[in-house]
Amino acid sequence: MSSSDTTPRTDHEAILRLDNVTRVHGTDGTAVRALAGVSLAVRAGELVAVMGPSGSGKSTLLNLAGGLDAATSGQVLIEGQSIGTLKGDALARLRRRRVGFVFQDFNLIPSLTAVENVALPLELDGQRVSRARRRAVDALTMVGVQELADRYPDKMSGGQQQRVAIARALVGDRRLVLADEPTGALDSHTGEGVLRVLRERCDAGAAGLLVTHEARHAAWADRVVFLRDGVVVDSTGSAETAEALLEPTA
Amino acid sequence: MSVKQGLLALLATEPMYGAQLRSEFEARTGGTWPLNVGQVYTTLARLERDGLVEAIGEDAEGRISYRLTRAGQAEVARWWVSPVTRETTPRDELVIKLALAVTVEGVDVHRVVQTQRTATLRHLQDLTRLKQRATTHHEAAEDGDGQVDLAWLLVLENLIYAGEAEVRWLDHVEARLVREANRPRRPASATPGTTATTTDPAMGAIAGDQSTTTKGAPR
Ligand SMILES: Nc1ncnc2c1ncn2[C@@H]1O[C@H](COP(=O)(O)OP(=O)(O)OP(=O)(O)O)[C@@H](O)[C@H]1O
Ligand SMILES: [Mg+2]
Repeated sequence: MSSSDTTPRTDHEAILRLDNVTRVHGTDGTAVRALAGVSLAVRAGELVAVMGPSGSGKSTLLNLAGGLDAATSGQVLIEGQSIGTLKGDALARLRRRRVGFVFQDFNLIPSLTAVENVALPLELDGQRVSRARRRAVDALTMVGVQELADRYPDKMSGGQQQRVAIARALVGDRRLVLADEPTGALDSHTGEGVLRVLRERCDAGAAGLLVTHEARHAAWADRVVFLRDGVVVDSTGSAETAEALLEPTA
Repeated sequence: MSVKQGLLALLATEPMYGAQLRSEFEARTGGTWPLNVGQVYTTLARLERDGLVEAIGEDAEGRISYRLTRAGQAEVARWWVSPVTRETTPRDELVIKLALAVTVEGVDVHRVVQTQRTATLRHLQDLTRLKQRATTHHEAAEDGDGQVDLAWLLVLENLIYAGEAEVRWLDHVEARLVREANRPRRPASATPGTTATTTDPAMGAIAGDQSTTTKGAPR
């Protein structure tokens, strides 16, 4: 398969694809190679978990996958589109429409209520306020916190904030969901609820990439990829698929 | 797990014959610890000898049902309120393997750790799929069935937490090896004032050996 392929995509194709991606922070003397030649594909319906010690490059990988950071070399493709070639506006639009983020800290906007936080990406994208709000309430319902719709983040527990953040990542038609330690501060029951929602969204056709330290949570994924020092060192995929998926297309 | 206590607890619900006890035991624990019928009968014979159960006659097919005696009821009641003790440390192949790996020259310990981590995660993925299925079934089940599903879910979750603990321990082993590899080494004849780390009881006797034997482990 060529990376410049423009034929209509089938569900078997990768929603997210990283080809030989390297990210070096800083220059020369202070350069840190956070990611070194990582290749990875996540298809529709697939949830992939990333595990690895602190500093192994997990967040870097996720930020690159969502276009929040740019690769030093190699390319990142979302639904076949190489995001490195997109102009600022086009990239922002792609991110808003297609990519849902759940960050390591929840990143809710403190001056907005839960439903306003969730509706924001839709409104920024030009949807009518009433419609955006309706869809936001649907998303909050899906993660089980609809009764918090009109509450401000500082009046919610950590677990509740996290679920609102997940609703925000899932609202609309996002086909790629990226989650960085989404269960960090949650008790085991709430944490499992988060995984269940992510899993359901992937079963319904989204592609998911999940960073977690907890093996119990990573086990909800179809595949677990292990990072160490910016390199993929192993994966639970069957040997055959792992090789096919990890093969750079260059 | 003592088969004895399990059978007594089941007999507390109603009198049963051997094959029935076996299938009830397996249904409630998801078949994770299969019993053979012979084991059930020898255990029943012992319980009868000790006066904890008594036979209450045969049915048309010649199957003997047992019920608890007063002493048996007291034994069950005592079991529910006593903690489970784990006095003997079971021999764990993984622990032994790693303990040997760090002390045998030329073993790539990081590779041993990663191979195990991947395998344990695969196992966890299987368990999680079973759990998802059991959860769906449980949510759709009628009351009676639901209780059995719940028992199976608890067993599965126990196995999941055990797998997770294993992975956490592997993470810890790996982090410790990295720290060991980077630890500045003191000459053998350290002055008394600098021996604090080597006499740290938390490090145990093995720690001293590790610093010399993990040098060869590639990072
Ligand atoms: N903006 C930056 N400038 C310089 N170095 C950076 C920057 N961001 C990350 N790094 C370095 O890149 C490496 C990978 O960082 P990253 O945040 O991806 O790790 P991580 O796997 O997410 O760790 P954690 O589990 O602690 O969140 C680290 O060594 C980190 O110090
Ligand atoms: Mg991180």
